[in-house]
Amino acid sequence: MSGARLEVEGLGKTFRGLRAVHDVTFAVPAGAIHALIGPNGAGKTTIFNMIAGVHAPSAGAVRLDGRQISGLRPDRVCDAGVGRTFQIVRPFKGLSVLENVTVGALHRQPRLAEARAAALDILSRLGLADRRDQVAESLTLPDRKKLEVARALATEPKLLLLDEVMAGLRPTEVDVMVGFLRDLNESTGLTILLIEHVMRAVMALAAEVVVVSYGEKIAQGTPAEITRNRAVLDVYLGEEEVA
Amino acid sequence: MTQDFLLSFAQAITKGLLTGMVYGLMALGLSVIFGVMRVVNFAHGELMVVGMYLAWAAFEYFQISPLLSLPVIAVLFFGLGYALQRGLIQPFIGRPEHQQFLLLLGVALVLVNACLAIVGPDSRGVQLEAQFESYELGPLVFDAVRLHAAIAAIVIAAVLWLFFTRTRTGKAIRAAADNHMGALVVGLDVRRLYAVTFGVGAACVGAAGALMITIIPVTPFLAAEYTLLAFVIVIVGGLGSMTGALMGGLLIGVSEAVAGLLADPSLKSMFSFGLLIAVLLLRPQGLFGPKSSS
Amino acid sequence: MSGIPPRLLGVLGLLLAFLLVAPAVLGKYGLSVLILVLYFAYVGQAWNIMMGFAGQLSLGHALYAGLGGYVAAGLFFHYGLGPWAGVFAAVVAASLAGAIVGYLGFRFSLAGVYFALLTIAFSEFTRLAFDHWSWAGGSGGLFLKVDGSTSLLNLRGGPVLFYYVILALAVGALILSRVLLESRLGRYWLAIREDAEAAQAVGVPVLRCKMIAVVISAALTSLAGVWNAFYYNNLFPETAFSMGRSIEITLAPIIGGLGTLFGPFIGAIVLTGLGEVFTDVGEYLGIPGIKQIFYGLALLAIVMYRPAGVWPWLAGRIGLK
Repeated sequence: MSGARLEVEGLGKTFRGLRAVHDVTFAVPAGAIHALIGPNGAGKTTIFNMIAGVHAPSAGAVRLDGRQISGLRPDRVCDAGVGRTFQIVRPFKGLSVLENVTVGALHRQPRLAEARAAALDILSRLGLADRRDQVAESLTLPDRKKLEVARALATEPKLLLLDEVMAGLRPTEVDVMVGFLRDLNESTGLTILLIEHVMRAVMALAAEVVVVSYGEKIAQGTPAEITRNRAVLDVYLGEEEVA
Repeated sequence: MTQDFLLSFAQAITKGLLTGMVYGLMALGLSVIFGVMRVVNFAHGELMVVGMYLAWAAFEYFQISPLLSLPVIAVLFFGLGYALQRGLIQPFIGRPEHQQFLLLLGVALVLVNACLAIVGPDSRGVQLEAQFESYELGPLVFDAVRLHAAIAAIVIAAVLWLFFTRTRTGKAIRAAADNHMGALVVGLDVRRLYAVTFGVGAACVGAAGALMITIIPVTPFLAAEYTLLAFVIVIVGGLGSMTGALMGGLLIGVSEAVAGLLADPSLKSMFSFGLLIAVLLLRPQGLFGPKSSS
Repeated sequence: MSGIPPRLLGVLGLLLAFLLVAPAVLGKYGLSVLILVLYFAYVGQAWNIMMGFAGQLSLGHALYAGLGGYVAAGLFFHYGLGPWAGVFAAVVAASLAGAIVGYLGFRFSLAGVYFALLTIAFSEFTRLAFDHWSWAGGSGGLFLKVDGSTSLLNLRGGPVLFYYVILALAVGALILSRVLLESRLGRYWLAIREDAEAAQAVGVPVLRCKMIAVVISAALTSLAGVWNAFYYNNLFPETAFSMGRSIEITLAPIIGGLGTLFGPFIGAIVLTGLGEVFTDVGEYLGIPGIKQIFYGLALLAIVMYRPAGVWPWLAGRIGLK
């Protein structure tokens, strides 16, 4: 497993005449961790959905290692090497934890037994192995978030899109997740783009931060630069608690 | 020749519109129930048939005209719907569709076969003087029973509209339909509202049954047909939309009458199902439903 | 068969042994009841693949059974083509119909009740078309000659012949379901059933998987239709494509346990058993409709107290899970 370079160029999306995202351009180098932040409703999840193939962009393009992936169906985007989590977790509720992750693993591993083994391996790395036979519905929220990450990882992505996986976690749990993601990134070179409101995680993980507001990119830089950026302070930090 | 044809065509449309109002009232009940609690009433045609039997029995044994027994039947049906919702359906709200389907299938079987057990399989109708009367408007002839039924259906629909827009309970039901959580948060008794809704939906179909018996006789075997017909109407009109159900009823009423005039009457349902398929695929929110929200 | 508890395998072995010798042991009545059980188990298994596994609610499966029956019976009636050849045409016709209904429904993203209504509409539409199609006998029906001969080649013969055919179909469908469920495709179906969008995000080609489910389910169902046509020797659009027939197909798996392997079989036993008992009660009381009232009450009781079906509960009770 290794990371891929993500390029987002001039990306725009209009819903029924309503401009959700406009002319957003940024890139995440292979093996880097970047964060996408902005106030609620700024268009972060819409950008994610365009990268992941849920929405076709109205303008612009998304490329993975130079190959255009925008406009592809979500399963094709997954084939291309993009894994994603959902902001509101969407486990396969009636299936066991192991089966959830196995579905992801089947993507690269068509045989059920081998996919199960691969899934179990990921579960143990995330500390979910002892819950493997539990029905996903019965998991606590932090565990569901982990399951979401595990299932995405099981598809062996080159780029991982994480949509608020820290939200709802206690500070100690945030630290565990941060540690896991950093290890993952260091050991595999997986590229990660995260949408995150938990600044503690952003600061700890992201090499660079892209800030969007009202669908447009208003700043990009290291976390330290971003916290000093006037425009960012005005639109974003001013109205949200910085944890 | 052409003039004769045009006249019979206009006559068929008139007849279709009048019957269509009753269809619309029947479908309105289904639509209200679905619109508010997302439960598909697979026993709708069975309720319709029970309503028809009650109106028939009132006429047969007490010589009460269906138009007069209608209010009583509507009230009885409100109670029946209320009780059904409270006793059976409430726990199934939000459950998988196949479970709701099985539950209401059970209700349907019990209802329609109770009719069969009590009244038997023969068709039962009422003999009204109005069935031999008609009104004339220029060259057009209006069957008196159809006209009375249509007017009654319009009045009931208007009362319903007032209920949903003017009364506290009606507004609360609409609020609960729009936003279940929100309704709970502001302290509405959602369970009671749901029971009232099912009661209102049942009252609609019971009233429609009382009107329908003046137009055609009833047999238990009509039930499944009416369930399907109600589905076709609400989907074509727009599931969950009041105007949609009424307009859908008119459309299906007219298309049935016209198909009966132009082609083999048995082809009329083929047209309805063809229309249903087309609407499902091209405009699933219905012809008269709100603009697409997907 | 790996992964099945040995105890369950033992029970299944005994059951199969009994079913194989049943015609020698049971009387005419017993055999006819067993035939019904196996028929409902088989069509239920076919329907379960689409709804229980892939989560697509079809209330119009009579379409596939009816088409299968009509194609095979029509070819036999008009050209003397035996059902073993006709069955291929039947499967092709039903699969095609399944593909059309599925493609339209999925392409236009109809889900849940809306998809179910589409399946009903197609089935009803076809019923009315067959009412007017003289090749298929129109509303007067199609009748197959009964000459009293026994011929496996033309599927002509007594109940024992039909018993073994439906037994083979039921066992075959069970094994096929198990194989499918333990494959990538089967797991993808479960994922789609639970959450299609999340499934697609982990690379599941949702449309293709759903299409395969409909086509397999339709093809299997058409075999039951062929069997039905040759067992009863007559076909009427009013029954072959009826809503009632479609509903009948769904009951065994829902009552037995949706999405489970043995649900359709257990459900078929429960339903057929109840049906027989209630028929007797109805005849004893001599009131029309009383059988269906009891039947309706039984459905209510089951869905209220065992909403997930009888088999998951039973399996837990007798330690076969």
